[in-house]
Amino acid sequence: MIKKDEDPNSHGSGRLKRNMSIKSAVSPFVVLALMVFIWWALCNFNIFPSYALPSPEDVLKSFREEIIAGRLINDIIASLWRVAVGFFLSAGLAIPVGLWLGQNAASRRAFLPMLNFFRFLSPLAWIPFAILWFHIGDKPAIFLIFMAAFFPLVLAIMSAVANIPNIYFRVAHDYNYKGFDLLTKVTFPAVLPQIITSLRVVYGIAWVVIVAAEMVGCQDGLGYGIWEARNGLRLDSAVCYMIVIGILGMCIDRLLIQLTKLPSVRWGYER
Amino acid sequence: MKDNQLTTRLSLENVSHGYGEVPVLQNLNLTVKPGEFVVLVGPSGCGKTTLLNLLSGYLKPQSGSIQRSGIIRTVYQHDGLFPWLTVKENISMGLRLTEDKKQHENELRELIELIHLQGFEDHYPHQLSGGMRQRVELARVIAGDSDILLMDEPFSALDYQTRLRMRQELGRLLEKRPRTVVFVTHDIEEAAQLADRVLVLADRPSYIKRELQITSMRPRNSTDDPVVEATKAILSEFGLQVNENSKKEYISR
Repeated sequence: MIKKDEDPNSHGSGRLKRNMSIKSAVSPFVVLALMVFIWWALCNFNIFPSYALPSPEDVLKSFREEIIAGRLINDIIASLWRVAVGFFLSAGLAIPVGLWLGQNAASRRAFLPMLNFFRFLSPLAWIPFAILWFHIGDKPAIFLIFMAAFFPLVLAIMSAVANIPNIYFRVAHDYNYKGFDLLTKVTFPAVLPQIITSLRVVYGIAWVVIVAAEMVGCQDGLGYGIWEARNGLRLDSAVCYMIVIGILGMCIDRLLIQLTKLPSVRWGYER
Repeated sequence: MKDNQLTTRLSLENVSHGYGEVPVLQNLNLTVKPGEFVVLVGPSGCGKTTLLNLLSGYLKPQSGSIQRSGIIRTVYQHDGLFPWLTVKENISMGLRLTEDKKQHENELRELIELIHLQGFEDHYPHQLSGGMRQRVELARVIAGDSDILLMDEPFSALDYQTRLRMRQELGRLLEKRPRTVVFVTHDIEEAAQLADRVLVLADRPSYIKRELQITSMRPRNSTDDPVVEATKAILSEFGLQVNENSKKEYISR
């Protein structure tokens, strides 16, 4: 072992490392500042009329308005609730269905075309049905989010299960894992890293769909906020909602990334 | 825990097997005595692994019969450990039938000491070296009441020095906890060092070309005379030994 202060390079390389980490921490903000600057410049040179491209100042102003009026917080809560319900409903159904289809080649063959068919249907296509079936309130939005998230999730989990290396099942047989035990102690942990990855992807889809989903039958929510801003030609408010949607999406993804830090799934990401 | 009275049964009678039209094994007869260490050597693709799969029951033979009794566990070349379980949890798989908590704990501690992995109990397989992982596999298969161990080139993915160490380790473990072993390898020296009996398989379709009993006591060094003699005999069987040696005092056929 080399002691730290005896190593002539340790000090220098430590500083170098620190510099690097400062750089990599700061660089996203540099890009952000650049973006805002370009936006500001576009506004100042009047490339688009001000009603078509609100300036950063206008957006800030509208932020203040929305927060003081309490609408923004209310909309955030409403949207988070709908996405959470739709997301957990689809995950709760898709995980068992995916596990079952992954293990059962015959039913996989039977269901695969149907699952693929629905996967390629845009959730927007379901809007008229959502209104007619679920009328107003949270339900149509939740339904649309569910439809967007369920099919890709089932397909991802199904193929993860179908691709579990056979050796795990042979070992499991040696040690008498059967039935429910086999499912919960071998099959499920073997695909858990992929399930977490798929959940992140599908959560992204669900969050994107919120704008379209809140077009119908809602009186609040971040998506509704954008539609209302459009109707009133208040693009400053629309941009303010867009920023909130983007930032919240990133924050929740950060939360989901925490799942990949569970010690029993690390193997899936470190190979 | 099992006492040392092994009462395993493992035998093949006139077994033939093939894949599609390709015959792999032809009229194989083999009886493995309780507590015996049988090593199968042969060129790659000669059906060694097929033979193990037949013994474990993973494959059904096309013809002939297989008798087995006792709990059979297999050690694979690599990746046999469950990556989502820690060292401790992987070894515990072998103790699934030990219900008494205290006994379970004691057994587990003893096994971890046996493979010298104290301090690594809570590590995951991907955090261990290849040799450590195979040691965990060994602890897992001898845990609890296993009777027969089938080993499919368990050390061939390791570097040479680790492989040498693992041979010693396996010998030591079996001394403490005797098991009936069928061991497949392409490493001739490994075969000579570990086996009570070496079966040399011919190329496809395989049959047992030659049987060598190695009666000298274990543990053995790879440089011990009987081991060297056996190695020479196997090599000459493969046509790789230049001067056919006829010393026979340690090896009976």
